[in-house]
Amino acid sequence: MVPLSWYLIVAAALFCLGLYGVLARRNSVAILMGIELMLNAVNLNLVAFWRYLEPARMSGQVFAVMVFAVAAAEAAVGLALIISLYRLRRTVVADEADLLRG
Amino acid sequence: MPLEPLLWLIPLPPLVAFFVILLFTRSHRRLSHTLAIGLLAVSWLLAMIVFAGAVRTEGLAKHPIQSSIPWLPTGSTVFAIGTLIDPLGAVTLFFVAWTLLAIFVYSVGYHNFGQPRGEHDTPGLPPHGAHSKDGSGQEHSVPSVEPLYSRFFAFISLFAFGMLLLVVSDNLLTLFVGWEIMGLCSYLLIGFWYGKDSAKRAAVKAFLTTRVGDVFMLLGLSTLYAQTGTLSYRTLFSHEVLARLVEAPSYIPGLSMAALAGLLLFMGTVGKSAQWPLHVWLPDAMEGPTPVSALIHAATMVSAGVYLIVRSFPLLTAGLEHGSSFTLSVIAFIGAFSALFAATIALAQNDIKRVLAYSTISQLGYMVAAVGIGAYVAAAFHLLTHAFFKALLFLGSGSVIHGMEHGVAATSPGAAHAVPGQGGPAGVLHTGNHHVDAQDMFNMGGLRRRMPITFATFLIGGLALSGFPLITAGFWSKDEILADAFGHGHLVVFMTLSLSALLTAFYTARQITLTFLGEARTEEARHAHESVWTMTAPLVLLSVFAIAAGWVGIPEHFPGLGGIVPNWFHEFVGSTLGEAPEAVAFSAVPLLTSIGVALTGLGLGWLVYRRVPAGAPDPVARALGPVHTLLKNKYYFDELYDLTLVRPLRWFGETFVYQWVDRGLIDGILHGIGRLAGALGSFFRRAIDLPVINGFGDLVGESTKRAGRSLRVLQTGRVQQYLLIGLINVVVVGALLFYLSALRP
Repeated sequence: MVPLSWYLIVAAALFCLGLYGVLARRNSVAILMGIELMLNAVNLNLVAFWRYLEPARMSGQVFAVMVFAVAAAEAAVGLALIISLYRLRRTVVADEADLLRG
Repeated sequence: MPLEPLLWLIPLPPLVAFFVILLFTRSHRRLSHTLAIGLLAVSWLLAMIVFAGAVRTEGLAKHPIQSSIPWLPTGSTVFAIGTLIDPLGAVTLFFVAWTLLAIFVYSVGYHNFGQPRGEHDTPGLPPHGAHSKDGSGQEHSVPSVEPLYSRFFAFISLFAFGMLLLVVSDNLLTLFVGWEIMGLCSYLLIGFWYGKDSAKRAAVKAFLTTRVGDVFMLLGLSTLYAQTGTLSYRTLFSHEVLARLVEAPSYIPGLSMAALAGLLLFMGTVGKSAQWPLHVWLPDAMEGPTPVSALIHAATMVSAGVYLIVRSFPLLTAGLEHGSSFTLSVIAFIGAFSALFAATIALAQNDIKRVLAYSTISQLGYMVAAVGIGAYVAAAFHLLTHAFFKALLFLGSGSVIHGMEHGVAATSPGAAHAVPGQGGPAGVLHTGNHHVDAQDMFNMGGLRRRMPITFATFLIGGLALSGFPLITAGFWSKDEILADAFGHGHLVVFMTLSLSALLTAFYTARQITLTFLGEARTEEARHAHESVWTMTAPLVLLSVFAIAAGWVGIPEHFPGLGGIVPNWFHEFVGSTLGEAPEAVAFSAVPLLTSIGVALTGLGLGWLVYRRVPAGAPDPVARALGPVHTLLKNKYYFDELYDLTLVRPLRWFGETFVYQWVDRGLIDGILHGIGRLAGALGSFFRRAIDLPVINGFGDLVGESTKRAGRSLRVLQTGRVQQYLLIGLINVVVVGALLFYLSALRP
């Protein structure tokens, strides 16, 4: 059987990829995609820990489902924000949306 | 019908009139005087019912008409106030009610009711007269109505309330309340024409002078209340209480509490009844309208002083059986001295009202002296007759002044068309000449033909005042005082009073002769006019009393007349104290003296003054020389008081208290404190407030601002940078936690 650590390594790599995407990409849609990657990395962790440590309880799976739902909602809200930002500023570059600069 | 409730009601109607007139009917003259006279008539009627009931009551002195209610709980006792009518009260109520009624009616005519308003009249000044056109288009000047007509009736109504309250009261406190209400009304009415400077001064003078007496009287009341715990006559003047007061030593060595209280109460009388040395206010009080002079300053208020000492006679005589007659001696001295003193001044006065004012002082002195020699019944008798004939004289003089003001000379251009020697339509003024003093007797003369009713009534009043034998009331009352003085061996008092009776007769004859007899000395007098019926009717009424009031007190042993009419007054009033004082045995000396001085005085006065031509000086002035000047200036008492009291007090008030103490000392201290506080304040501001408090506050604000300015660069608005910072923080914190947990064993 594949040891738990392998799953964790894959998840960590996936998280780092997502994080890199969030921090480094200029396109807001790409940043949103990075966030989705990080969420799924977390999901992978949740499912892996459930399977290996507490298979008798359902909480790991339930958490994963919850995260899916939140992710879907977040994607919907995020995309809507991006569209209205585009309408307002004619751009989807995150650096150019600096309305909150001090 | 029980009389007690009626007694409570007697003073109230005039009080109602006062408030209603003042609050509602000020602008309706007819309504105002109707209310005042109508409600006074109610009081008068009640008073007459009570009087009739009182006279018919057997043993009224032992069982007077009285009732009282608990009024003021003071500690363990309750102060009761109530009403009381005993023989003295009944007689006083009688003459007060009648004179009030007469004078109220007289005021209607005196203030020219029914005449038009004057064009130039202002409130606070006597009316000057108005112009009106008659049917043929001729312009006449006529007297104008008093501008403050309703106010006058409101004030005299309040006065009537005070006087009636004083009479029906059963204790010294409510008596004092009425006493002070009258004092206030006196002030208001003397200053009725407040536009005149002299009237203002006279009002203040009267108020302050009587105040001196009143303060002592209040002290007397407090002394009595402190000693006995009651002020009700019946309890206070009972034998046990008086005995206790006589035993108790006072604060002054050698003087019992009774004597001290008696003297203090007598000081109130001295002020109110204008006895020497507090007599100065009464002559000046003649600045008020004449009905006021008659009502307040002759018939009622000034009599209240005598009423008080007659009332408190048991207190005054309380120490007699122990031989301490100090109080009575003081009273007799002051009274007799005032009687003579004022009579001499009256000789040299030319103002018709001032002569009467001094005569009032003199006659009140008579009564006071009578109380001082123990003849309180005679004092009450003279009080009664004097109220009638002096009110009559004052009202007569008012009528004369009115008549004089009606007639001035053809010299005035506005009256050139008036037919000389003929009166125009009633009430027409012939005068435009206001330079002739309408009150100076030397401007009058011959008025008997122009004003017959006034002359006849004035003559009756004058004869009563001088004690014309047998037919006048004044003779009987004055004779009784003299007989008492002689009979009880007070020879000095007897001589003094006889001498002043002589002078009284003399100045009365002078007044009547100068005013009514002989030939007119001025055009005004030639055109003078009889007054309207509202003025003459009270004169006739009072002149009836000026004669008839004497009949109730004819001594039984009087030769010829004695016993025809019983000496009702002596028995009735004399019973007030329980046992009637013994009637003095008849003696021819005082009777002959009394008749002699009256006739001599009248005859001399007529002889001296019967032919005084216009513009001539007073014949007596030449004969008396400097003494006359002294008399004319009233012994310089006004100047003396001015020098010794008024000016020092004014200096004390203005210079010492105001300039030095108030402005200098007290203001100085206050300004010093103010300046010190200011300096302290600015010191605190510079040393503490600005550097410490403000500095701290500014520091907080400034440093927050500076921190914000330096931290704002972090706020780039770039989400990815924030995330990067978040990541770095997480890594650092994570590393730290990992390191720390690794360190732990």
